[in-house]
Amino acid sequence: MDRTLPGTDRLPPRADTGVVGWLRSRLFSSPLNSILTILALWLLMLAIPALIDYLFVKPDFAATTAAQCRETGGYCWAFVREKHRLILFGIYPYDEQWRPLLASVILVGAIVCSCIRWFWKPFLGLLWVVALVAVGVLMWGGVLGLTYVENAKWGGLPLTLILSTFGIAFAFPFGLLLALGRRSHMPGVKAVCVVYIELIRGVPLVSLLFMSSVMLPLFLPEGFSIDKLLRAQIAIILFAAAYVAETVRGGLQAIPKGQYEGADSLGLGYWQQMRKIILPQALKIVIPPLVGIFISLFKDTSLVVIIGIFDLTQAAKAAVSDAVWRGFSTESYLFISVIYFIFCYSISRYSLSLERKLDQGQRR
Amino acid sequence: MNETTHRAPRAPRRRWSWNDPATRALIYQVVILGLVALGVWYLTSNTLHNLAARNISTGFDFLHEEAGFAIGESMVQYSPADTYGHAVVVGLLNTLKVSVIGVIAATLFGTLLGISRLSKNWLISRLSGLYIEVMRNIPLLLQLFFWYALITEIMPGPRQALQPLPDVFVSNRGFKIPWFKGDAMDWIFGGLALAIVLIVLLAHWARRRQDATGQIFPLGRAALGLLVIVPVLAFWISGGSLEIDRPELKGFNFQGGLNMSPEFSALLLGLVTYTSAFVGEVVRSGIQAVNQGQWEAASSIGLSRARTLRLVILPQAMRVIIPPMTSQYLNLTKNSSLAVAIGYPDIVAVTNTILNQTGQAIEGIMIIMAAYLVVSLSISIFMNWYNKRIALVER
Repeated sequence: MDRTLPGTDRLPPRADTGVVGWLRSRLFSSPLNSILTILALWLLMLAIPALIDYLFVKPDFAATTAAQCRETGGYCWAFVREKHRLILFGIYPYDEQWRPLLASVILVGAIVCSCIRWFWKPFLGLLWVVALVAVGVLMWGGVLGLTYVENAKWGGLPLTLILSTFGIAFAFPFGLLLALGRRSHMPGVKAVCVVYIELIRGVPLVSLLFMSSVMLPLFLPEGFSIDKLLRAQIAIILFAAAYVAETVRGGLQAIPKGQYEGADSLGLGYWQQMRKIILPQALKIVIPPLVGIFISLFKDTSLVVIIGIFDLTQAAKAAVSDAVWRGFSTESYLFISVIYFIFCYSISRYSLSLERKLDQGQRR
Repeated sequence: MNETTHRAPRAPRRRWSWNDPATRALIYQVVILGLVALGVWYLTSNTLHNLAARNISTGFDFLHEEAGFAIGESMVQYSPADTYGHAVVVGLLNTLKVSVIGVIAATLFGTLLGISRLSKNWLISRLSGLYIEVMRNIPLLLQLFFWYALITEIMPGPRQALQPLPDVFVSNRGFKIPWFKGDAMDWIFGGLALAIVLIVLLAHWARRRQDATGQIFPLGRAALGLLVIVPVLAFWISGGSLEIDRPELKGFNFQGGLNMSPEFSALLLGLVTYTSAFVGEVVRSGIQAVNQGQWEAASSIGLSRARTLRLVILPQAMRVIIPPMTSQYLNLTKNSSLAVAIGYPDIVAVTNTILNQTGQAIEGIMIIMAAYLVVSLSISIFMNWYNKRIALVER
C-alpha cells in the first residue's frame, strides 16, 4: 500500500461523487436501470401535472353549487365545503356537532397519550376510563344540560373512532384470556379456545356482522333487544379478540422455557407467574403486532356499512346520494381516504419507531 | 402450569383435595366446559323459542325450493326457476372465481412490487414504497367503492367507450376483451394440461439424473417449449376451428368477446391492488431475510446470478415468505366477501338475498361460514403441505 506517498492522494473521479455520482449510482447504474428510470420519470411527468391540474388548477375555488363544479371540472372543493359536516359527523343534530368533535378530540388525545412512553403507568388505565366516560357523556348527553341524542343518530368520524377504540379495548383482555387458554395444559380449556379462535379467523368479518345483525336478536330471550350499534360493536370485539389471541400466543411462545421453570421454582402460582414473569415479557414483544391489529381494526370498522351503520364510509356514501350533488363520489371518497390514511399511516409510523426502541434491549 | 402431568408419585390412596393440582385442573375444566355448554344451550333454546314464535321452520329443506331471483353473472347455467341450493353453488363459484384470479394476480403484481421496493434504483424503490403505503392505509371497502364509482360513474357509456388497446373497451358496462372461440378450445386446454403433467415428470427425471450423474438439464427452456408445442399440436390434431372473438358495438352494448362486469372488475381491481401491497411487503422481508453472505458464497463457487437466485436465495427466502403469504391468500379470499357492498353476486350476497327472502337466517349464516371455513382450511392445508416440503430440514 503506497497510499502514504506524497502526491498520490487523489480524489475519487468527479463522476462518482456529488449529484452526478448519486444520479449515476442510484438511477443510471445499468442500461436496464436507466430504462426503468426514464419510464418512471415519464409516468411521473404524466401523473403529477394531471393531479395538480385536477386538484388545484381546474376547479373554481369560489364555486358554491354542483352546476358550477360540473362546468369547470376537476376536484369539486365546493362539495367538500358543503358536505364535510355530514361526512365527519353524520346525522348528529347540526347545532350540537361540537360534541362529537370534542369526543373525537378526546379519543385521539387518549390514543396519542397511550403512544407516549411517559404515560405507560397504571394511571393510563384511569385516564382511559375518564376519557371513555367523557366520550359517552358528550355523545349521549342527557346530563349536565346536554340534550339527549340517541345513538342511532351518531355517525361519521367519532363513530369510526369509537368502534375501533372500544373494539380493541375490550378485545385485548378477551384475546389475552383466549391466548392463555390456548397455551393451557388443560385439554378441555384448550379445545374451547382453539375452536373459538380458528372458527373466527376462518370466516370473514362480514359474515360475523351479518350474524350480529340477523342472528343475535334470535339468540336473546323474547322482549329483550340490543341496539344495532352495540351488536356491531360486539361482532367487532369477538372478531378482533381471535386475532389478538393469536398475536399474544406468538409472544408467549417466544418466552424461553427457563422463565416458566424459574417461576415454578420460586413457588409462584399460575396467575402470579403470568402476571409477574411471563406476560410482562411476552406483551412487550407483541406490542408492534398489536398496533398492527389496531390499524386493521380501524380500517375494518368501515365494514359496518354493510349492516347500515353510519360510520365515516357510510357518511361519505350518504353525502353522494344527495340528488343535487350526484356524481361527486370521487370527491367524497378521496376526502375520507385522506382521513383514513392520516390515521393509519401515523399509527404505523409510530409502530415502526416503537419497534426500534423496544428492540434496543434485545440487540447485540 | 403442569397441572395434569404433575402427579404426586407417593399417593397410593388419593383423596379429593383442593391442593391436588390434577383435581383442581379437572374441576376448572368441568366448570368451564359446563359454562360453555350452558351458554350454548341457553342461546339454542332462546333461538328455537324465537323461531317458533315467528313461525320459521328450521332445517335446510328450503334449499330445494325455487329461488325466484336472478343472479347477474354466473359461471354455470342459472335461471330464477332454479333452486336456492343451485343459487348458493353459483355464489360459491363466483367467490372462487374472483379469489383464484385475485390470488394469482396479486402474487405476480405483489412480487414485482416487493422486488422493485428493493431495487437499487432510487426512483423505482420510492415509487413502489409510496404505492404500498397508500394502498395499505386505506380501507379495502373504500377502495372498492372508489373503483366501482370510477367504472360506473366516470367511465363513458358503451358508445364512447375508451379503447386503451385495440379491441379492448372500457366503459361503464365494465371491461370487454377479445377472447378465443371455436371448438378447438377444449383441445388446446387439454394440451396445456398434458404439457404441465409432462413438465412435472420431466422435472422429476431431470432431478434424478442430476443426482446420479451431475449433468444439468435445461429444464426452463424445455418447459417453455412444451407449453407452446403441446397445445399447438393438440390444436393441429383436432383440426377444429379457432378464431378470435372481438367485442363489437351493436346497438347500446357490446356483443362478443369476454365480458368483465363493472362489479367483477371493481372487486378484482380492488382486491388485487390492495393485497399486492401486502404481498410486496412479504416478498421484500423474505428476500431481506436471506444473509448477504449467501450471495457471496454462491458467486464464489461459480454460480451465475440467475442460478444463485433460483438455487440459493429463493429457496431460503421462500421459507420466510410462505407463512405470511398464506395468510395474505386467506385474507384475499375472506375479503372477497366485501363483494356484497358493490353488488357482485358472491356467496355472501347470494345467501343474503336468500336469507331475506326465506327468513332462514341461521341456516344462511351457517352456509356462509361453512363455505369460508372449507375454503380457508383447504388453502391452509395446501400451504402447510407446501411449507413442510420446502422447510429447513433440521437435526
